[in-house]
Amino acid sequence: MSTADLSPARAAGAGARRPGAAGGAGPWLRFLRSELRLIFGRVRNLALLAVLAGIPVLIGVALKLSGGGDGGGPAFFDQVAGNGVFLAFASLTVLLTLVLPLAIAVVSGDSMAGEASHGTLRYLLAVPAGRTRLLAVKYASVVIFGLAACATVAAAALIVGAILFPVGPVTLLSGNTVSLGAGLFRLLLVVLYVAAAMAALGAIGLAVSTFTEHPIGAIAAILVLAVASEVSDAVPQFSAVHPYLPSHWWLSFGAILRSPAGGPELTHGLLSFAVYVIIFAAIAWARFTSADVTS
Amino acid sequence: MSVAGQGAGPRDEIGFGREDPPPAGERQPARPRPPAVAPGWPAVAISSTGLSKRFRGGQLAVDGVSLAVPAGSVYGFLGPNGSGKTTTIRMLLGLIYPTSGEHELLGTPMPGGATAVLSRVGSLVEGPAFHPQLSGRANLARCDAADRTADPATAADRISAALDRVGLLAAARKRYRAYSLGMKQRLAIAAGLLQPRELMILDEPTNGLDPQGTREVRSLIREIAAGGTTVFVSSHLLAEVEQISTHVGVMRTGQLVFQGTLADLRNRGAARILVRTADPEQAVKVLAGRGLADVRAGDHEASAQLGEQRPEEINAALVHAGVPVAGLETPRPSLEDLFVELTGEGFDVNG
Repeated sequence: MSTADLSPARAAGAGARRPGAAGGAGPWLRFLRSELRLIFGRVRNLALLAVLAGIPVLIGVALKLSGGGDGGGPAFFDQVAGNGVFLAFASLTVLLTLVLPLAIAVVSGDSMAGEASHGTLRYLLAVPAGRTRLLAVKYASVVIFGLAACATVAAAALIVGAILFPVGPVTLLSGNTVSLGAGLFRLLLVVLYVAAAMAALGAIGLAVSTFTEHPIGAIAAILVLAVASEVSDAVPQFSAVHPYLPSHWWLSFGAILRSPAGGPELTHGLLSFAVYVIIFAAIAWARFTSADVTS
Repeated sequence: MSVAGQGAGPRDEIGFGREDPPPAGERQPARPRPPAVAPGWPAVAISSTGLSKRFRGGQLAVDGVSLAVPAGSVYGFLGPNGSGKTTTIRMLLGLIYPTSGEHELLGTPMPGGATAVLSRVGSLVEGPAFHPQLSGRANLARCDAADRTADPATAADRISAALDRVGLLAAARKRYRAYSLGMKQRLAIAAGLLQPRELMILDEPTNGLDPQGTREVRSLIREIAAGGTTVFVSSHLLAEVEQISTHVGVMRTGQLVFQGTLADLRNRGAARILVRTADPEQAVKVLAGRGLADVRAGDHEASAQLGEQRPEEINAALVHAGVPVAGLETPRPSLEDLFVELTGEGFDVNG
């Protein structure tokens, strides 16, 4: 794959790596940085991150004005008034239903289809970026964007929570209390878990994106898939397929807030994400490495 | 590619058989315009055998194209719109996979060797395409970052040099969105110049340019070729590549109907004889009797392909047969006429 693998005879010819070009991971990281600059430089993606940061602010202000949860709201709402840290968990729960998947759908759906619609895909391949390498860099950047999105929600919620509500030792769902530091560490684990869930959705999005030249079509398709999965997950008659739905384990991060942390739910969730990543990355690879690029 | 006979091969043969047969194992013979082949470079920059592409709709876009582009040449790849030029170029670059046939770039089999060889090939495919929200410089930086053989330490200098070469340095920080068509086209060429290339594949590089822009691109291609780079340039206009090409290939409905030097193309049409006479019927009989091909009778004239025969001998034969010869010509059709003849109805045929 890499030019470093070339036999000495081949490397001695005109096709040798140019002097000064870094081998190993260097070219990969450079390409990934370029990809991240493209994603985080787009106004649309920054607007999505702004929405993700804004919703925790709205929830926090609403809870402050109404004097806390009334016991009937989404998970963690009741705890926010007592401890601002819980605004992060409450926000992640609320945003996981639509806005986080939307953000991932936009970036992953745009990944290959966007390049195809601009016509830049043919130039990337002629550079040559390498089909597998391009796909790997695209997926890595989707995963990083997903992590950034989850971290943005948590960070915004923490800041607003700390301003509006008291912050202190965190009382876990299992009833025992851990220090604020330990609570924040668990929040970090929750963020990583949700980012893993979004990485699985991102793999689906990447695969969808290799099938079309229309980024909007890809984005819509991914979002429809995500919502259909969530709706099916809410229909009890479909209970037999629930564990296999991509969205089924998204909210299982509550297991991290028990003592001891973890449990079968979490394991199943991570396993489900891993399987989705493997299957859809394989589909994306099989499709893209054999597809004619006519855009 | 056939290497048939020495100079006596059939006229409509495709390939360099007549003028430049490179017999295997021998050094290349000296040519009127020897290409600047650097040591170690393969003698053929692009070669293909029977390259074909049938799209899913069943349409045969490219039909058995066997290219032989000599290293160091400027190869004009000609044909009307829709004759399969761009599909061929996409196959050459490994963007689409051939239905059948094989090809090599710089001696490397494609598409398997794409990642190894394409960094030595600069290309412009079906018009420029960049991210509209990025500046010209940022777009080139992205192309460079995608190239695993590129040295990041020299990237800024190489990008500036490439922009300078196409005259875009002053507009480097402008967004691509704000570029004129000519600037976009030049930026695409600049992307091909980020590295020293052994081969440039340029698909309609002057498309949409004004005469001034066309002249600039043409002189840029000359400059690139003068540096020893093989240039493969497609166009639907013969006039556009005639001045810069050493070799041409002509496409018609997916097939390569001619390949050779420009001189070959001219020679193709030189071989006619035109007899002005009051008795065309008798003249036709004589011409046909001498075994000349494509004998045509007209109003007070008769003509045929001259082939290898000498006009004075034909004249003697005509006189001997009692044909009143009022005039004898060996007209040379213009290159444009030959091209039209090769490509059918002409260029820009719609539908």
